Amino acid sequence: MSLIPDPVGRFFHRMASPPYFYAFTEKLMPWLTGIFLILLAGGLYGGLYLAPPDYQQGDSYRIIYIHVPSAWMSLFIYMVMAAAGAIGLIWRIKLAEIVAISSASVGASFTFIALVTGSLWGKPMWGTWWVWDARLTSELILLFLYLGVIGLYNAIDDKRTASKAVAILALVGVVNIPIIHYSVEWWNTLHQGPTVTKMDKPSIHVSMLVPLLLMAAAFKFYYVIAMLQRARLELLQRERTANWVKKMVTEQSQ
Amino acid sequence: MSAQEFFAMGGYAFYVWTSYGLCFVVLLANIVLPIIQRRQFLRQLALKQKRQNL
Repeated sequence: MSLIPDPVGRFFHRMASPPYFYAFTEKLMPWLTGIFLILLAGGLYGGLYLAPPDYQQGDSYRIIYIHVPSAWMSLFIYMVMAAAGAIGLIWRIKLAEIVAISSASVGASFTFIALVTGSLWGKPMWGTWWVWDARLTSELILLFLYLGVIGLYNAIDDKRTASKAVAILALVGVVNIPIIHYSVEWWNTLHQGPTVTKMDKPSIHVSMLVPLLLMAAAFKFYYVIAMLQRARLELLQRERTANWVKKMVTEQSQ
Repeated sequence: MSAQEFFAMGGYAFYVWTSYGLCFVVLLANIVLPIIQRRQFLRQLALKQKRQNL
């Protein structure tokens, strides 16, 4: 008996074929963009307009609606990148390698946004742009891991070898993920503890929580869009001599 | 709430809008750049093919 239902297995099997992936992601793009824009509009309207100011932090807390989802995405994308890298490493699936490296630039961007918006939030609330505490330092290390992955990939000419090297680096770096997540519980810090993922009851009002979750969902869709755009470029570059690319170029230039 | 009040963000306008602006620019670049690069690459491939077919 198979562990994965047949249609799902067939879908992933087909998606691993470069021409199918290229054509399918093109058709998928307007749907992803539409859902993303709706979620984004709802999140921004709820977060910037509907939600009341915080009773302690005033309006400065509104940075949360990009800071926290970005920080979540920085961790989530890293896990996707490491998992795709591992799949590429074990089964030598080209598309998994491409998803892994295409995730790196998006992940690095979200890590950068989380760090800078955190800094912009920290200045008025903590009175400082930066502290060398566990949460901020481990998030900064995450940015360096992403940049390391991108740099290593670009430094090796043979892209299949590069993907192997990158996957190993990404997998070693997974150690950092639980450190980031638990850093605010393990060490005393200026950074506030988790407010949303507390298992019993989130200590955030629903009028603030809903836009936050909408923004988090919007960022998930954004990640898929940006990663796929990068993947389509990467795929074309790798497959430039393949027949399906030649055929497509001929058809388009006519 | 007036538009002026909204943009003032209770005195935190600089911090809030810089955050949102930066986020917008970075996220937009991540979508636009690969699309431009892909179009350029496709154009290059088409040119190459034309030259080979001559």
